Amino acid sequence: MGKQRVRSEKARPANQRESLRLVAPVWNGGTSGIRGLSRAVDPEGSQRKGRALLQFLADRFYDVEAVRGYLLQKQVLKVLQKNRSFTYIKERYGPYVAGASFILKQGGAVKFQDKEWMRPNGRGLSGELWKLREVPVEAVDASGCAINYQGLDHLLALRELQSLSLRCCPHVDDWCLGRLHQLADSLRELSLAGCPRISERGLACLHHLQNLRRLDISDLPAVSNPGLTQILVEEMLPDCEVLGADWAQGLKLGPEEQPRDTASSPIPA
Amino acid sequence: MLRGALRFGLGPGLLGRGLGTHRGGSTLDWDGKVSEIKKKIQSILPGGAWSPLCDTSHLPPEHSDVVIVGGGVVGLSVAYWLKRLEKQQGAVRVLVVERDHTYSQASTVLSVGGIRQQFSLPENIQLSLFSVEFLRNINEYLAVVDDPPLDLQFNPSGYLFLASEEGATIMENNVKVQRQEGAKVCLMSPEQLRKKFPWINTEGVALASYGLENEGWFDPWCLLQGLRRKVQSMGVLFCHGEVTRFVSSSNHMETASGEKVTLKRIHEVHVKVDHSQEYQPVECAIVVNAAGAWSGRIAELAGIGKGPPGTLQGTKLPVEPRKRYVYLWHCPQGPGLEAPLVADPSGAYFRREGLGNNYLGGCSPSEEEEPDPGNLEVDHAFFQEKVWPRLARRVPAFEALKVRRAWAGYYDYNTFDQNGVVGPHPLVINMYFATGFSGHGLQQAPAVGRAVAEVMLEGRFQTINLSPFLFSRFYLGEKAQERCII
Repeated sequence: MGKQRVRSEKARPANQRESLRLVAPVWNGGTSGIRGLSRAVDPEGSQRKGRALLQFLADRFYDVEAVRGYLLQKQVLKVLQKNRSFTYIKERYGPYVAGASFILKQGGAVKFQDKEWMRPNGRGLSGELWKLREVPVEAVDASGCAINYQGLDHLLALRELQSLSLRCCPHVDDWCLGRLHQLADSLRELSLAGCPRISERGLACLHHLQNLRRLDISDLPAVSNPGLTQILVEEMLPDCEVLGADWAQGLKLGPEEQPRDTASSPIPA
Repeated sequence: MLRGALRFGLGPGLLGRGLGTHRGGSTLDWDGKVSEIKKKIQSILPGGAWSPLCDTSHLPPEHSDVVIVGGGVVGLSVAYWLKRLEKQQGAVRVLVVERDHTYSQASTVLSVGGIRQQFSLPENIQLSLFSVEFLRNINEYLAVVDDPPLDLQFNPSGYLFLASEEGATIMENNVKVQRQEGAKVCLMSPEQLRKKFPWINTEGVALASYGLENEGWFDPWCLLQGLRRKVQSMGVLFCHGEVTRFVSSSNHMETASGEKVTLKRIHEVHVKVDHSQEYQPVECAIVVNAAGAWSGRIAELAGIGKGPPGTLQGTKLPVEPRKRYVYLWHCPQGPGLEAPLVADPSGAYFRREGLGNNYLGGCSPSEEEEPDPGNLEVDHAFFQEKVWPRLARRVPAFEALKVRRAWAGYYDYNTFDQNGVVGPHPLVINMYFATGFSGHGLQQAPAVGRAVAEVMLEGRFQTINLSPFLFSRFYLGEKAQERCII
């Protein structure tokens, strides 16, 4: 549980590094699982002292324990609420629009066939979305969204989906990967980079996706053996290009190669 | 205040003693004595562990509403659901009695850990579906404040059942029932099998059923620890001891048609402490028999089956321990990451274990080959003669393999129809069963726990109707036969 991994300091665009930090604390230390996600926004230092005090109190008083349990519960309910099913929209406008509005509400981007990428513009859903009832959704970028097992229903209804990006989704785990076989006919491109809960066990059920041509499984902290996993996944999906662990990952850097400052001296991937 | 007095009184202030120690080569362990005296005084003060009568902290409590015999996954699941479904917090006092806290012989931890929905009885399918949903959301069900979340290490790789010509129709019917209940299973022809899993030799296979979702295997020890931790946080007491006696009272009554019936009620459970003759009579209202392979013995202690054969009093609980072997081998050219748990029509099965080309498997022996369940010694000849040839025939890559480890575990085998026994006994009215699952107890444990808790608290099954699994079927002769046993 929660192993500390030496991450190879690769050059990465700034926004990706930001989103990685959002999910990294879940696995560092591993002391407070779900709550670690909320802690991620603030810096570690003073928060930790506050946590230790709360833990001390919770061990001694039932009331404090109950309140903390309640707050935990609320967090879980928040995620569940985000992933509720959009039955009305689905019935009225069809599965494509329902799926698209779900993704846009979560903060992701959607690309309909022959149209441009639609992103949430902060002022609610755009009016032209409702006219696209018959147009299938071609690509979905759900990076960083709080999609979970239930919310995946919306994505699995998009039968012509060709490209799916689930980068750094904190709630996508092995169980969710077990459901992706429903998109086996159309899915060509899949990215799971940076998801903290995906392990090699979930990657094993990607063998259903025989039409996959590009798979990104880099930077999965829960995978125990990234190099070996990549080889096994490549054997499992012979027609697919698998982007994954760098061969140098897991090897210790020599003294002259130690990066002094990751921002100033990025090592090319 | 007292502490201050101690420090003042027993320090160097006591002149006489102090001089005495300085005088002579003293061997008086003065510091040790002082700390001992301090400890004694602290324990006498209110809140300390000392009781003037006698120390019973190692014994179970004298009263408990429910006593669950057996602390494996089924027993803990019943305890969890009892505390979760009780109407008021703290309403039900539960005591779990487990003989072996290392679980060295318990079926839970020695199991292969698979979970599937491919059964033939709708009740079994529903039990498994709920259990899978429980495992998927285990960190919501078993969340304990400030403890790390559980990682069940679930492999969603599915089960692949192969059927020969004779079994093909039964398999088709089973798959229809499974689909109706909501399981995601698909049928495959030998051609499709060869395309998907090229390492299978499809000779003799007419049909295969493959679970696409919610099937696979996981780590049973993690589930057990998670349940244990959560259940302790909910206030369930644990006792490390063995049940040796039930004290019960009988009521001679008449049914409406004039038949004489003797109803029994258990009043006390005698729990004997390990490595000692000491026992504690625990007064209880309900006893749950979740003792797994030893449930038959517990039922006999309660007087179930003591009567003329053919009557309800004479109907024993037909659960006995059966030994099953599991072998772990290494095969460098074996099936890859996509391999599901494959079950051959001959009874042999195997699954992948980890990433290093290791595989786990075994075979259900026929009735004549049943090993002696007296101990858990492994018979390696069984692998050479029965398991390996069948597996090598099905997967040619397994011709070259090397056995790394092997172990044996018990099935709580129901000799009547190989399905669980759930619910109250008709004559011993406060004994409830949750046992006899014959190899699929682990995968049904969460749902069975909920069903038994519902019967205890509400009086009837509310979510899944397990009436075909009641005890009375042994007397009435109604078999709930499961045709898909590994």
